[in-house]
Amino acid sequence: MPEFWIKMWEWWPEIFPVLLRATAMTVQVMIGALIVALILGMAVALMRISTFKLLRYPALFYTDVMRGTPALVQIFIIYFGLSDLGIEFDPVSAAIIGLGMNGAAYVGEIYRAGIEAIHRGQVEAALSLGMTPVRAMRYIILPQALRLMLPPLCNYAILLVKDTAIISTIAAPEIMFEARRLVQATFMYSISGQIYLICAGFYLALTLPLSQVAKRLEKAKERWR
Amino acid sequence: MKPLLRIVDLHKSFGTLEVLAGISIDVARGEKLSIIGPSGSGKTTLLRCINYLEKPTAGHIYVDDKLIGEKQVNGKFVHLSDRELAKERAEIGFVFQRFNLFPHLTALDNVSVAPRRVLGLEKRDAEERALAMLEKVGLAHKAGEYPERLSGGQQQRVAIARVLVMQPKLILLDEATSALDPELIGEVLKVIRELAEEGRTMIMVTHEIPFAEEISDRVIFMDDGKIVEEGPPHEIFSNPTHERTRVFLRQIIDR
Ligand SMILES: Nc1ncnc2c1ncn2[C@@H]1O[C@H](COP(=O)(O)OP(=O)(O)O)[C@@H](O)[C@H]1O
Ligand SMILES: [Mg+2]
Repeated sequence: MPEFWIKMWEWWPEIFPVLLRATAMTVQVMIGALIVALILGMAVALMRISTFKLLRYPALFYTDVMRGTPALVQIFIIYFGLSDLGIEFDPVSAAIIGLGMNGAAYVGEIYRAGIEAIHRGQVEAALSLGMTPVRAMRYIILPQALRLMLPPLCNYAILLVKDTAIISTIAAPEIMFEARRLVQATFMYSISGQIYLICAGFYLALTLPLSQVAKRLEKAKERWR
Repeated sequence: MKPLLRIVDLHKSFGTLEVLAGISIDVARGEKLSIIGPSGSGKTTLLRCINYLEKPTAGHIYVDDKLIGEKQVNGKFVHLSDRELAKERAEIGFVFQRFNLFPHLTALDNVSVAPRRVLGLEKRDAEERALAMLEKVGLAHKAGEYPERLSGGQQQRVAIARVLVMQPKLILLDEATSALDPELIGEVLKVIRELAEEGRTMIMVTHEIPFAEEISDRVIFMDDGKIVEEGPPHEIFSNPTHERTRVFLRQIIDR
């Protein structure tokens, strides 16, 4: 066992920069997907709470499909399936779009729950003052709902960091992809366990701060309610 | 003289439950009308229909001869768009039983948010007007507080300031004091009394019989979604014609 770690120490200069770069890529994919999910999720949520069936049902369908099928399958469809139709994405873009579209379903549910948790009297007070439903949403409902939504959104971001691992399957150069490449470079086969342990460390470095933020937000929310 | 508010044969059902069964009321400009009646008789629903928080099943409402919530196109009644409806609602103030202040805004912002976001006033102008209204309800010194830091009575007074700042033609008050602890009722009634003295047009649902008798020009007794009787306060309260009114009043006084 100790000699493994000695080998590890020798190869460290080869491993560390690669995994660090891969972590930067993971962060990039995660932030890209998060932005897509946050924006698209808002559309999904607003459609789902709409009184028009023509808006509500497609959003419901979207949510069910995205949550009911593996993200991996969705990403394969975007990356391989669409390229068959002549729409080509590089792995990173495909990953951002795939994870973002998948996340929109979850984020949409978080938004919806947050909006619906605001007492009806709030909208009614806003409407009775002469606000249009859109203004009531913007100035009265969303600012309040946001405080309820932030902790679950933070938790979603944690899941998203971990979900980026699946995009190694389309050769997006994130942590798991690079780790496997390192391992498969024959001379490091013997220390694969350690390399994956280091990977876990890099993921933790990303997710632990997020869970701290989530905990803080949760407490702040309770104080405010 | 033309009435400020005219309600014509208003019906409202929730599914099969008929809550308003043909209500017609005229309210003159400057008139103070009190509505009393047992719980579940449709008083809240009636007020909510007047500013279209609830869509009537049938019947029409006019303020200053203008239809509320609808317009006539080629002789047919059609619902207004969100924008048109919002314009009409801005002229009708609603004071809720549970205040419904915005918890994420200070007292000042609760009052200035509508002048800013509905009337489009500059922040400074809106806040100036808002502060004047808080002053009027005796709460200028609480302008920076959030609702959770205010007592129920103070919250309701902020809610009244929030309505007044829009200079509504008509003010609807739904049991404005019934969610308050007894010792806080007085401060809110005092504010409402001042509004009455200023000659504002008000419709209030209330269980405060002595107060209603003091400030209203007319009292309506509702039961089962219908107007059972109406008249000047001393007649309704001291000498009601209908047995149901008598029973109701006795129950309230006994409480
Ligand atoms: N949104 C609603 N859906 C179904 N029933 C309702 C709704 N609002 C009120 N009701 C019913 O209508 C009746 C009258 O209610 P309400 O107008 O609140 O009476 P009041 O204010 O006189 O106590 C009650 O039976 C109540 O349960
Ligand atoms: Mg009521």
